[in-house]
Amino acid sequence: MSTLEIKDLHVSIDTEQGTKEILKGVSLTIKTGQTHAIMGPNGSGKSTLASTIAGHPRYNVTGGSITLDGEDVLAMSVDERARAGVFLAMQYPVEVPGVSMTNFLRTAKTAIDGEAPKLRTWTKEVKDAMQKLRIDADFAQRNVNEGFSGGEKKRVEILQLELFKPKFAILDETDSGLDVDALKVVSEGVNRAHAEGNMGTLLITHYTRILRYIKPDFVHVFVDGQVVEEGGPELADRLEEEGYDRYATGAGAATIAAAQA
Amino acid sequence: MTEITTEKARIGAPSAQPFIDGFTEEGESLSPINAAASKAPLAGEAVKSHSHGGGVGIPDSSRAGRLTSYTLADFKPLTGLEEDWRFTPLKRLRGLHSEVLSGTAPTVTVSGPDRVTVETVARGDKRIGSAGIPEDRVSANAWENFSEATVITVPAEFEADTEVNVVITGQDTAAAAQHIVIVAEKFSKAVVVLDHQGSAVVSENVEIVVEDGATLTVITLQEWNDDAVHASSQQAKIGRDAKFKHVMVSLGGDLVRVTPSARFTGPGGEAEMFGLYFADAGQHLEQRLFVDHAVANCKSNVLYKGALQGRNAHAVWVGDVLIRKEAEGTDTYEANRNLLLTDGARADSVPNLEIETGLIEGAGHASATGRLDDEHLFYLMARGIPEDVARRLVVRGFLHEIIQQIKVPALEERLTDAVERELALTEN
Repeated sequence: MSTLEIKDLHVSIDTEQGTKEILKGVSLTIKTGQTHAIMGPNGSGKSTLASTIAGHPRYNVTGGSITLDGEDVLAMSVDERARAGVFLAMQYPVEVPGVSMTNFLRTAKTAIDGEAPKLRTWTKEVKDAMQKLRIDADFAQRNVNEGFSGGEKKRVEILQLELFKPKFAILDETDSGLDVDALKVVSEGVNRAHAEGNMGTLLITHYTRILRYIKPDFVHVFVDGQVVEEGGPELADRLEEEGYDRYATGAGAATIAAAQA
Repeated sequence: MTEITTEKARIGAPSAQPFIDGFTEEGESLSPINAAASKAPLAGEAVKSHSHGGGVGIPDSSRAGRLTSYTLADFKPLTGLEEDWRFTPLKRLRGLHSEVLSGTAPTVTVSGPDRVTVETVARGDKRIGSAGIPEDRVSANAWENFSEATVITVPAEFEADTEVNVVITGQDTAAAAQHIVIVAEKFSKAVVVLDHQGSAVVSENVEIVVEDGATLTVITLQEWNDDAVHASSQQAKIGRDAKFKHVMVSLGGDLVRVTPSARFTGPGGEAEMFGLYFADAGQHLEQRLFVDHAVANCKSNVLYKGALQGRNAHAVWVGDVLIRKEAEGTDTYEANRNLLLTDGARADSVPNLEIETGLIEGAGHASATGRLDDEHLFYLMARGIPEDVARRLVVRGFLHEIIQQIKVPALEERLTDAVERELALTEN
């Protein structure tokens, strides 16, 4: 049983216009076995939260803390976080030319486990996982994400999730750009990983569509860098009907007020 | 975060003290005193002739106009301002451009299929001069001073199933001259490996004749000791429907300057030229290519990739492609990519494309010099891979594209290991 705890997190980025605060005090606790959905309109800071947990250098933490079973995640380097059990399924997985999937997967697995996987069982494991996610066998020989379609890249992210068995999976808009079939395949993968019982999931999404396939225990609504509402799965249903307008009105009013001031 | 620039220009690594001694920010001062002429340097009938250039004060406006001659005296003493020497630190040439090359030439040991003949011949042999004519003073100096040459012949229609290994081992560091001729006769097929090692100060001319319908791969490896100085002019004459592949790998040596050229003399020819270099602190690795599309319907493809690390690591790549008026139906592409792994390294990259006819299939060139992509590193590190391992994965991948062109497994393995050793040096 593990706990990922985010407390009063403030995050900013450097832009040409100066420092811009994106997260304005976010608190969230995720435990093994739980699925938390973070929903919100574009630009609300959802992806910033995901990237900050993973340690992307673009984001500066100016306040608050992230701990994993009491260990200071913010003090860890990007690779240390991954080895501690944090996995980020990226919104836009990059292509890494010249590095084959096979080599990449084995290198990462070795780094995470601290020892090389046994070749025979590993090969079989990769093959099986690829098959379940309907990834063509020849992908293993190709370079990481090179020439993959958007949907293929997302499936390969979930392939890694299944193979690396993290304590906490952060899915950053994994559903965006997927057709229904691909969405099902990807969701099944997440559910398989979840069913093993050792993983907590933070599901970041703009749409409610994926929540038909991955059932959240908690839903948090993000607006303007803050959690504005929290609840159970029923909150997602309400969002599906009403959209984000209800929250956006307040934010818009604030913007107008600021402009007038 | 990512600093990738793509342009036809010289790009230097940012650094506190960014310039190599003797270089301005622009890298050089262009000289007005470059010779020019209109004669084709080498194509068919022109092989044995020579030109003296257009005279003082006429800039070298076309690659076709470069002075070519077998006589050293035809080339003026170098000042370092010449277009083709402006990046080269002449002081470090150890006399290759100015001394009589009387040192002991590196020994040449050849092994390979029995039917491939290896001869040591005197200067007067008729095959000498069959594919090459010096285009610079250092090459002419070697031509004037070599005492005997090695001629390797792949007989007509013979298809070699193992590669021809030519091990060239430096003996001492007195400036020396070397001459090698490789002839792939009609419809033959072979892979020839020129394996340069040891310590030497040598100017080398390699003449490569690819006769009609032949398929020849020449792989030239420069894995010299740290003190070696090597200038190598490797000129290939490509016959009708012949296929030529040239793979250049420069890893070791203080100053290594390889100038490969491919000249088409009959239609239907193909040339692929690949290069890999890894420059460490203080190393100067230079490569200047020339692809001469002098006849119709030939194809060429050039890709050179380099990694640089450490203070004053310097790589130069200049790729000249000339599509002459006669060369209708030409299809050509050339590209150079450099990866700067640390501050203080410098890569100069100049792709030049001259097109004298519009009736071509395609012509393109590209150059990009940049640092390791932070997003690549982040992706790999986010999967638990430590930074040093991630960096190595990316660089290895970057260079592997060239290594996999070699297609001699033992050699690919050896070079992969060599690249690993270079990468291990980065981590201190």
